[in-house]
Amino acid sequence: MVVQLTASLLDGLLLGAIYGMAAMGLNLIWGVMSVINLSHGAMMTLGMFGAYALFTYAGINPYLALPLIAIGGCLFGFGMYWIAVHRVINAPHLASLLSTFAVNMVIIGAGTTLFTASPRNIDYSIGSLHIGPIILQGTRLVAAGIAVLMAAALFVFLNRTFLGKKIRAVANNRAAAELMGIPSTKVLAISFGIGTMLASVAGFLISTIFPFTIYSGGSYEPKSFVICVLGGLGNPMGALIGGLILGALEGAIPAFLPVGWVPVLEFALFVAILVVRPTGLFGSK
Amino acid sequence: MFCTPVIRKNCLFLLVICWVCLITAGCTQKVEQSKTGGQPVERTVIIGFTASQTGKFNVESTRQINGLNLWIEQVNSSGGIRLGDGTKIKFAARFYDDESNKDRVQELYTKLISQDKAEFLISPYSSGLADASAMIAEQYSKLIITAGAASDSTHSKGYNLVYQVYTPASRYLTGAFNMLSKLDEKAHNAVLIYEKDKFSTEVCAAANKYGAEKGFKISLFEGYDSGATDFAPFINKIPKGTDAVMGGGHFADGTTFAKQLFEKGVKAKFISLLVAPPEPKFAELGNAAVGIIGPSQWEPLAKYSSELSHLAGQGAEWFGPNISEFVAAYKNKYQEEPSYHGAGGYAAALILQKAIIAAGSLDTQKVKAELDKLNLMIFFGRIQFDTTPQMHGLQKGHEMVYIQWQKDAQGKLVKQVVWPEEAKSANALYPAH
Amino acid sequence: MDFWKRPGSWSVLILILCAGSAVFAFKSDNLREIAFTILLYVTLASSLNIFLGFTGYINFGHIVFFGLGGYTGFYLMSVHGWSIYTASLAGGFIASALATLIGSAILRLRGAYFALATIGINEAARAFVNNFSPFGGSTGLSLNFSVYHQYGGPSKALWTTYGLMLIAAFAVVLISLVIRHSRFGLGLFAIREDEDAALTMGVNAPLYKTLAYVISAFFPAVVGTLFFFKNGNIEPGDAFRLHMSIEVLVMVMLGGQGTVLGPVLGAAAYERLRGLLLTSSALKNLHLLFAGVLLLLIVLFVPEGLVGSLRKRFAKLRKVLE
Repeated sequence: MVVQLTASLLDGLLLGAIYGMAAMGLNLIWGVMSVINLSHGAMMTLGMFGAYALFTYAGINPYLALPLIAIGGCLFGFGMYWIAVHRVINAPHLASLLSTFAVNMVIIGAGTTLFTASPRNIDYSIGSLHIGPIILQGTRLVAAGIAVLMAAALFVFLNRTFLGKKIRAVANNRAAAELMGIPSTKVLAISFGIGTMLASVAGFLISTIFPFTIYSGGSYEPKSFVICVLGGLGNPMGALIGGLILGALEGAIPAFLPVGWVPVLEFALFVAILVVRPTGLFGSK
Repeated sequence: MFCTPVIRKNCLFLLVICWVCLITAGCTQKVEQSKTGGQPVERTVIIGFTASQTGKFNVESTRQINGLNLWIEQVNSSGGIRLGDGTKIKFAARFYDDESNKDRVQELYTKLISQDKAEFLISPYSSGLADASAMIAEQYSKLIITAGAASDSTHSKGYNLVYQVYTPASRYLTGAFNMLSKLDEKAHNAVLIYEKDKFSTEVCAAANKYGAEKGFKISLFEGYDSGATDFAPFINKIPKGTDAVMGGGHFADGTTFAKQLFEKGVKAKFISLLVAPPEPKFAELGNAAVGIIGPSQWEPLAKYSSELSHLAGQGAEWFGPNISEFVAAYKNKYQEEPSYHGAGGYAAALILQKAIIAAGSLDTQKVKAELDKLNLMIFFGRIQFDTTPQMHGLQKGHEMVYIQWQKDAQGKLVKQVVWPEEAKSANALYPAH
Repeated sequence: MDFWKRPGSWSVLILILCAGSAVFAFKSDNLREIAFTILLYVTLASSLNIFLGFTGYINFGHIVFFGLGGYTGFYLMSVHGWSIYTASLAGGFIASALATLIGSAILRLRGAYFALATIGINEAARAFVNNFSPFGGSTGLSLNFSVYHQYGGPSKALWTTYGLMLIAAFAVVLISLVIRHSRFGLGLFAIREDEDAALTMGVNAPLYKTLAYVISAFFPAVVGTLFFFKNGNIEPGDAFRLHMSIEVLVMVMLGGQGTVLGPVLGAAAYERLRGLLLTSSALKNLHLLFAGVLLLLIVLFVPEGLVGSLRKRFAKLRKVLE
């Protein structure tokens, strides 16, 4: 039983790191510009298909394709900001929710027409790690490692670089940042790009572990919401911790209950936190 | 932007007009009929179905459709069927992509019946989708032959016009337990991990009961959501020293499950998964596929000697091509070995053909009467339908065989029939690893 | 309560009644199916409009009542043998009761938090029903075919269900009109404009919001029962499709949130487009793409939707376009 629980927890934590990194993207965008990006799931899907396309048609090793996916995701987000978000950034929330959702529909619609709804797989195996009686998939370990590295990189970026400081300033008070000479619109666009980049990299990492379809992003998106709310909207690092907590829960619960109950508990927790403590565990808004 | 309100106003007007036109356009229909002066009349009969060309069933469904299309091609090129009144009929398929999605199925079958005037229907692949289509067929009093659908419960709903080709789900894994007991008297515990759809749930519920009756301890009995990709929570729960892992669902999740079982180093002696192993594509898993057993509705290698020998005593009549003829024709057209999914599609249409010939008419009730009386032997195996009101249309003549992936002398992966003993082409590899 | 004095009200009601009844005259199964689906979405969109359009609260999880009500009604029909008439009404009332419960928890949230909470509720409901064995768990429930004989055979049952759907669509539009021109409606609009100011002016916002939420929950439940009765089976995956919920939202936005004609036209146009594209193998998912682009354009440039912007630009049309 202990072995099973440990194995489950480890598996869950590894996945949780990836979920956490994905949620960081959502969280960053929310924190900086109060926009909830409803195309988050679609961005993850684009990361998955990007990796698939590069692997299948160009023969590029998935891990080497990572920088390409990241840059692609960032540029897409940057562009998406100007098209869909810029005009409605000061409008009531419904507008930005709907505009990002519209982009989501466009991506899914185009994606289903181009790639169809059939499942895809990146057949890349790097063996497993044996820790005593517990066996962990190699792809899962590497993916979790990359996720943690990216989270650390984001932390360093936000706190130690000049651009990161600008982003935090705009998040804090946009008007004041403008007054201090920071081009807030450009900063917002860049932040949006970073947010979508994290989502697409997370998607890519997931594609190395599991098969996926054009709709897969949509099934990971609610998890990102849960994590953001758990960790606290407005604090990107909180998202990572929220992700690890969710991963641990997903790993621990099946040891005691049928696995089917995990989503019920996840979403019940989600609603409970929203009602009781909307700022989450580490949130600032 | 000054002109846009005018455009928008016209757009609204146009929209309303379009809407009215489109609705009324649905009323005018043309029934397909080629008229020739006097006798004999030639007619094209539309067979309607949906195909999962995309979505998670695309692998199995494509093969099922292949079988169907092969039949249509053969029947038409041999001159079609002649009815009792001299009419010559040929067949045409009319199908849409259901994307492996249930609500599309019901909408599309309604369209096939009311708009495309399909006279006979074949089900989509998979019990869940077939169940949905059966309801529609029955509502509009159209005959439907289900291929790719093994669920027993579909036939307990009071249907009259739904006929099943596959061996029912309740008999899928019972043979696996029989085989395991024969191979290893000491094997006594098993786990059942299954997809939570109609088919897999029914298979494993029946297997659970049967296994317990045979003295097995089922230490884990859990379902996963359709579309699940992460099997680690389930694999982690498999107790150490488990003799047999059984279950799975359909091709996509079955292959993922097999792959993750391998990656996590599960050392069960007997692994039997549904639907996926009999598909030739399963071999793409490489080493992860070795030793995996799968129940199959039909195999090119299976020798139906046992059934053939009982033929004489049971009054079954032979119809259609034999196994090698079918395999050759399928391979010729599609450049791959047929799996039971392809065979099932062909068999469904073949059965319909026999019933229409016997009835000498296209009238649904007359064809239905013939199906009820049917006692047939075809390349696919024996076909006979349950005609009791409680389980009308359930397949009661057909039996399963079991295959296993093994490495041949050159190290290449091949599929061997390992059960029942009378039909096997090789001995089972036990333990699997 | 002067809604009947406005020609706009009458035009909407007559449109629905005439177009819906014309289907009976044609006696075509195909036409009936098309009309059934259109009326289904008209009802869903109009009921969503009562909450989202009038109070301005973003409800992404509207479909949860379609699912919960549908399941309740279906359960009563398949397990306890109730008739479609009583089962659909029972489904409606139970959904409304659940809405009161859910509303008491989440209606105090604002803006995006509320939207997220509605998504969470829908997902939680689906995951719960997936594990709830009286409702059949993940394989759901189905009707024994003999049930249709109670209504004179499957054909008559399908036509009866269509008739009930028409009544439901008519009812929800009527209620929307009544609310729109009542003091209650005025309070809802005040909440939409500025909830705090409304509270200060004496509008009982919590009560009004809850009432609007409860009313908006009734109709999806009723039509849910009708829809699943027609299909003969229900599964968690069909009943709680978040995607469907969002499509209904698009319909409301497309037509014009807050108006009554808007959701009707938006639903009809969108649904007809989807139905046409359904059978085309190349284009069948293009309606999503098209809807996405359309939604984006609407949100960015014409947030009031078709009917809303017409009303804004042409004051004379206001009496006619409700």
